[in-house]
Amino acid sequence: MFRDSPIIRWRHYNDRYRLVGYRCTKCEKAYLDKKGMCTCGNLDFTEQEFSGVGKIVAYTQIHSGPEVFESKSPYCVAVIDLKEGARIEAQVVDCRYSDLKQGLEVEAVFRKFYTSGEKGVIHYGTKFVPKY
Amino acid sequence: MPLSKRGHKKGLIEMKIGVIGIGITKFGEVWGEGLRELLLDAQLRALNDAKITPKQIDSLYTGNMTGGILSGQLHIGAMAAENLNLDKPSIRVEAACASGSLAIRQSIEAIESGAADIVMASGVEKMTDVSVEQVTTALMGAGDEELEGFHGLTFPGLYALLANAYMNNYKLTREILAEVSVKNHFHGARNSYAQFQNEINIDTVLNSTMVADPLTLFDCSPITDGAASIILASEKTAKKLGAEVYITGSGLATDALSLARRDSLLEIKAGRLAAASAYKQAGITPKDIDFAEVHDCFSIAEIYAVEALGLAKQGEGWKLYKEKQTYCDADSPVNTSGGLKACGHPVAATGIKQAVEAVTQLRGAGAKRQVKGAEIGVTHNVGGSGATATVHVFRKMK
Repeated sequence: MFRDSPIIRWRHYNDRYRLVGYRCTKCEKAYLDKKGMCTCGNLDFTEQEFSGVGKIVAYTQIHSGPEVFESKSPYCVAVIDLKEGARIEAQVVDCRYSDLKQGLEVEAVFRKFYTSGEKGVIHYGTKFVPKY
Repeated sequence: MPLSKRGHKKGLIEMKIGVIGIGITKFGEVWGEGLRELLLDAQLRALNDAKITPKQIDSLYTGNMTGGILSGQLHIGAMAAENLNLDKPSIRVEAACASGSLAIRQSIEAIESGAADIVMASGVEKMTDVSVEQVTTALMGAGDEELEGFHGLTFPGLYALLANAYMNNYKLTREILAEVSVKNHFHGARNSYAQFQNEINIDTVLNSTMVADPLTLFDCSPITDGAASIILASEKTAKKLGAEVYITGSGLATDALSLARRDSLLEIKAGRLAAASAYKQAGITPKDIDFAEVHDCFSIAEIYAVEALGLAKQGEGWKLYKEKQTYCDADSPVNTSGGLKACGHPVAATGIKQAVEAVTQLRGAGAKRQVKGAEIGVTHNVGGSGATATVHVFRKMK
């Protein structure tokens, strides 16, 4: 239902397509997608462009995905600390699971996520690949 | 004074909410019954145990997470009242897998505020009508849909991330992690309402299908239908009705929905905060606890849980499993019901089931899984990957 909606995805063009997020004007904490108050209590943010380079903090390989990713299983996901300071969760592709480790450098790539709904809307977003 | 602000000197009991009735359905694949029938079954069993009539209930709180997504049925509050032919206040509460204990928390607040004297808290979940993939999608609603769900994260995936982070930082091995499920199946084999009543060994866990590395099928709680109810009353009424068990502490805390927005991947902070406030209210320390029913949605979650409850230091919870200390006849019994793993995990019913097990133990009715001389038990229920956590302290009183 919600995963078929193109509108939800359209709202995320900035962070998911262009890697543009926010930086707190007070404590300088960075977020790739911030809605709501900073952990310091501030509500003022400036625009922050991310380079897409980051390091893996934790990782796994999912063998049993939800409906829209069922055909992609198994696939790798990781918690990634971006160079500019935001922590995110994303898929890591074009690699073997055994390549993944804590501290591995990765970089963002623009990828297709899935096709859904009667109209076959294609959803895109950012995945990561090991940086060689 | 609000519950969360009420601390007091150690040993002095300030809050006493009596448990006057408990009821639980068989957990498992109950194809012949829907949400309504499961809930009614638990409600009637609790009323029968309390020896009261429905009309004596002042209000009802019912936990349910997936009814809207998997059964197309919301408005569970009205359903719970309709089941008992009541027109009293009846509210559905939801905090993903912590919905059940949230119903208990709300019931306590209703009694403490004076708005009600006798309250029924229930939890119900109907999960086996649809495919595994649909259940996986529905359960992911407990995480952050935009920051996690969109990227293909699943609940086993989130806890697998935690498991890998923990194993990279502390000395937990894959074999010791398997001991969690082995112990829970040992207890499940001694619990007549558990979904799985068979014992397993470490090889069963290690050789089962991989779900999200390093978690295999036997590290994961199953998909379950079930319901449970508990009837609570003010101290005065509970005494009159001859209640033996009282809730003396209630803690609830929240945290960021997504793992990436938490302070640390090496603890579940909301669990630690909920435990601290429940212990403070009950005037106890972890050393006073005779047994715990904790949220082992995945084997690794039980390690985080015993650390959150202070039964072990952060990074050392696995030692209890290496030394087999969490069996019902050992020093720190954990999940004598079989836990979510063996007893089953009908998500919103789980928090109530934990309370039912705590009361059963404190009444001395645990049969082959009885913790000898149990006087204080705690329940620990988590929503999502740790965004909501509740801890309740149950105490036997003469």
